[in-house]
Amino acid sequence: MSILAYNGGCVVAMRGKDCVAIATDHRFGVQAQTISTDFKKVFKIAPRMFLGLTGLQTDILTVRDRLMFRKNLYETRENREMAPKPFSAMLSSFLYEHRFGPYFIEPVVAGLDPKTLKPFVCNMDLIGCPNEPDDFVVAGTCAEQLYGMCETLWKPDLDPKQLFEVISQSMMNAFDRDAMSGWGATVYIIEKDTITERTLKTRMD
Amino acid sequence: MDLDLARNLPRAGFNFDNCKRNATLLSGGFKPPTTTKTGTTIVGIIYKDGVVLGADTRATEGPIVSDKNCAKIHYLAKNIYCCGAGTAADTEMTTDLISSHLELHRLSTEREVRVVAANTMLKQMLFRYQGHISAALVLGGVDKTGPHIYSIHPHGSSDKLPYATMGSGSLAAMSVFESRWKPDLSEEEAKLLVRDAIAAGIFNDLGSGSNVDLCVIRKDNVEYLRNYELANKKGTRQLDYRFNIGATQVLHSTTKDMHITERIEVVPMETS
Amino acid sequence: MSSLGFEQFPDYQVPGVSHADFSPYESNGGSIVAIAGEDFVVIAADTRLSSGYNIHTRTQNKLFPLSNKTVLASTGCWCDTLSLTGLMKVRMQSYEHTHLKTMTTDAVAQMLSITMYNRRFFPYYVSNILAGIDKDGKGVVFSYDPIGHCERATYRAGGTAGSLLQPVLDNQIGYKNMNLNGEEPPVLTKDRAVAVASDTFISAAERDIYTGDFVLINIITADGIETKELQLRQD
Repeated sequence: MSILAYNGGCVVAMRGKDCVAIATDHRFGVQAQTISTDFKKVFKIAPRMFLGLTGLQTDILTVRDRLMFRKNLYETRENREMAPKPFSAMLSSFLYEHRFGPYFIEPVVAGLDPKTLKPFVCNMDLIGCPNEPDDFVVAGTCAEQLYGMCETLWKPDLDPKQLFEVISQSMMNAFDRDAMSGWGATVYIIEKDTITERTLKTRMD
Repeated sequence: MDLDLARNLPRAGFNFDNCKRNATLLSGGFKPPTTTKTGTTIVGIIYKDGVVLGADTRATEGPIVSDKNCAKIHYLAKNIYCCGAGTAADTEMTTDLISSHLELHRLSTEREVRVVAANTMLKQMLFRYQGHISAALVLGGVDKTGPHIYSIHPHGSSDKLPYATMGSGSLAAMSVFESRWKPDLSEEEAKLLVRDAIAAGIFNDLGSGSNVDLCVIRKDNVEYLRNYELANKKGTRQLDYRFNIGATQVLHSTTKDMHITERIEVVPMETS
Repeated sequence: MSSLGFEQFPDYQVPGVSHADFSPYESNGGSIVAIAGEDFVVIAADTRLSSGYNIHTRTQNKLFPLSNKTVLASTGCWCDTLSLTGLMKVRMQSYEHTHLKTMTTDAVAQMLSITMYNRRFFPYYVSNILAGIDKDGKGVVFSYDPIGHCERATYRAGGTAGSLLQPVLDNQIGYKNMNLNGEEPPVLTKDRAVAVASDTFISAAERDIYTGDFVLINIITADGIETKELQLRQD
């Protein structure tokens, strides 16, 4: 088993029409044993930007703290809000800095640019190779299942309501076929003036 | 306090803090994680007035495609571009780093940088890391000494060639070059030849796929033809997967309104 | 750095690198999907046969009709597939000669399980799905693990892209995680089953490098087997 699958969990993010969505499961486990069912792997970084981290839980927390430190330093120095694109670039170089002793995480960034309000999603491998597609990004132990779901259900220019249904259905059906993820899910829909957080009713087994 | 802050500040170069911990974890019987690789077909040829570089656009993680349209032709300098194969992060970061070195070099020498300088910088860096940075590169550019193509291997060896291929599709692409490349091709012939070589990789090598990217570097200008040909389009789905609103059951929902009431207006600066 | 998996050589075959150990198994890729309805069953497989990063052929049929009511789809190690399906055909014929009737789908399913368990300690390295019409005239799907565990289902995906396709079937055929407001899920029509099966292959061809070229679909009803073909990505 890979270290990336030690604690389990998954994150998916999708682009819609003038909005983005990011979803996380709630499981925190140690291999096959479930320890807790309220560990959300998505963190709010800026008013319209969320960061999802899957992989080894200790590294998720460490990387989140280190990134917040660097991001706060940037915002203090520049006196402006950090946009998703520079944040991803910073995350990428942070991960590549640890090229030969990596953090065992796979990050997903989703947000709207604070100025242009353009939707942005991005993911990386554990050493920071960025990938910025115009559809969706996935990470975690059920990445394959998520790819299958998203490729079938996603289509361009989904409105926030449809986007919520598509991302929720993709997430739930994907992690139901993976023993290491699941046990509840939270979906965030980011629009220009509202952020909606919904907790889903899922199988708890 | 100051010291605590300094410890967390990013320093230049690689950070080896996690190495020992990771080695311990891996010795506990865990499999090492996979990185994104670009299986890749990348090529470069010399033609009459310059060079043509080509690449496919697939990035893979094991048997799964992780990026269907990634850019593998990287900018190094105004007259030099570089295709990368191997570990995706390595090719990206190595070319970025050398690109910035080349710009500093250009500013300090006040001359257009030469392709041979880029080759030397790349191979010296790769040799220093003894193959641990797994980047296989095809470097191409035009300078005052003419057009040049170099292929650079992950351990830091390099060849100067009239036509070069790299990556898992290199044999498929090379078979096209070996049968059809000749000196002093016209630009149209060169573009077609490179397209065909990349297409051979895309269709016959499973590590390569999606679209064809080209980059034509002439004596005094560059044409970067991103997605020159969309060789593979996604099939059209027969059904419309639309859900009824409410198909997903929600336990609870919170909405945060940002109530944007302020408006920023741009006041032109007084210049009189 | 080999402990981190960053090895000196790329993970595709490099000339001159010799491999000391012989491995009797090889994965030749490919995916299968089967969906059963009330009086029909749809079974589909792609036609790409590959090994490593090479494509052997783009037009390999992976659907084996065993009778006019039963089709076996098989992927994995192709030589094992051929050997297993060959053996199945022989045993079917011998049954027909002994008992003067064709085996029912349920009987074939049981025999396949036994045939595979016979090789418990040197298994056939295959992912099998058997689809057919059972003795009551209903569509049915059986799925297997490599050593003969048999499970009856109404829909199933297998092969290299099995993990990508199975959740899609759960959602679109099984209506899992869907709030239908107390209504019964709609009855599956033949057209919808064929459409979902081909759409899942379009998705699989996007993300799985071993799935592509064409998908062959067999629609089995009491009247016989109808065949359809659809082109997929070629890269």
